[in-house]
Amino acid sequence: MSTLNLTLHIWRQADRKAAGKLVTYKVKNVSTHASFLEMLDILNEQLIEKGEEPVAFDHDCREGICGMCSLMINGRAHGGQRATTVCQLHMRLFKDGDEIYIEPWRAYAFPVIKDLCVDRSALDKIVTAGGYISVNVGSAPDANDVLIPKEYADRAFEAAACIGCGACVAACPNGSAMLYTAAKLAHLHNLPQGQPERLHRTKAMVSAMDAAGFGNCSNHYECEAACPKDISREVMALVNRDYAKAAWVHRDRDDKGDGGG
Amino acid sequence: MSWFGRYLRSSIGAKHAMAVTGLLLLLFAIVHMLGHFQMFGGQDMYNKYAHFLQNLWEVKWPVRAGLIALTVIHIVLAIGLVAKNRAARPVSYAVYRPVMSSATGRAMAFTGLAVFAFLAFHILHFTVGMVQADYFHTLDPKGRYDAYSMFVRGFQNPAIYGVYLAGMVLLAMHLGHGASSWFQSLGWRHPKYPIDRIGTAVSVFLFVGYMIPPTAVLVGIIKLPGA
Repeated sequence: MSTLNLTLHIWRQADRKAAGKLVTYKVKNVSTHASFLEMLDILNEQLIEKGEEPVAFDHDCREGICGMCSLMINGRAHGGQRATTVCQLHMRLFKDGDEIYIEPWRAYAFPVIKDLCVDRSALDKIVTAGGYISVNVGSAPDANDVLIPKEYADRAFEAAACIGCGACVAACPNGSAMLYTAAKLAHLHNLPQGQPERLHRTKAMVSAMDAAGFGNCSNHYECEAACPKDISREVMALVNRDYAKAAWVHRDRDDKGDGGG
Repeated sequence: MSWFGRYLRSSIGAKHAMAVTGLLLLLFAIVHMLGHFQMFGGQDMYNKYAHFLQNLWEVKWPVRAGLIALTVIHIVLAIGLVAKNRAARPVSYAVYRPVMSSATGRAMAFTGLAVFAFLAFHILHFTVGMVQADYFHTLDPKGRYDAYSMFVRGFQNPAIYGVYLAGMVLLAMHLGHGASSWFQSLGWRHPKYPIDRIGTAVSVFLFVGYMIPPTAVLVGIIKLPGA
């Protein structure tokens, strides 16, 4: 089993208000079988042994489904391997002697809490604004009562694969949360159950996205390249289309008729 | 604020407006480019075309007003969007490696401003007549404004040709992203249509189309009357 000796440049920041900086660490004897997060665990063991503060980073399931890990590695969200979260990124992709820059997601809406951990609750605010359907509780509908074409079910499922990691925002040159918001919308709007509140939901979630201080989408599609769940740019086209309908022709419960008629 | 004000201030509303204004300016650019091919028909044909456009004031001024309005809206919205995008990432990355986006796409603000500067030069050159004032307002044998000779004298000068070549390179770069991007912004995406490749095709089409008549002048295929 081969091992790697690496030079890491890691963003260290004591808390939300402190000024941070990149600090250089050497980490030795990292197995090529280790995941990227395990490599950071090895670094932290070494730091703790020396009596230094370990590097704080987010992680939870370590099997690519929770959306907690969130590292910008050498300028690429989640390290740049297609459809892969950091926890599933393996050290065999690196070479002995590599220098690796590790930074937190950078966005106004994602303030750094400590070191590499950012506060992603802005994404939750977008979902709270409309990422749900209103149903009567108490009587479960029959399965297959509502027919859904397979193609639509598949597209809804592909959009629903979003784990809310925020890589789309991190990778976007503009810090836009369009892919995230659009995935949440497309997940519901490819299904019959999403239709009754469709345009209201589109408007509410886009407003929440804008209010959180994310940037504007310029159709660069860096988000798509960074997405660990491979969510397609198509979901954003769907939202752009729906937003036009929502703004121009939809009669919304919020509209007070300030345009007359 | 009215629904329309809120709409234009929203990220997607602004994007729709950028797409529509950009598309209308692109359509003008295509028609404008095609008109120049009448240079190959000689002095009489080109001056007749110029005379026709100049005297159609009922159309000329509304079109000019419309083009100015579209340009102003496109630029004002772009400035607002760029400012918001900058604010959305207050701390930049030490290392940032884009992979999917094109360099031309990321340079839209720069190429946009550069194209605007080129347009200012172009209007001073051929509409106001300040750049080569000696060649401006000469008349042809039929007493019409001699746009043909002005065109030829203009592009016989390699420096002027160079300015237009640079302007067209910048326009092609801007449209390389823009002429694809508007489809996505309006949500006109379907796997059947290759919208991500249309931008390059439109850029090449416009660049080649715009450069053919000036190049024909520069290499001496189109000459002054009697020359």
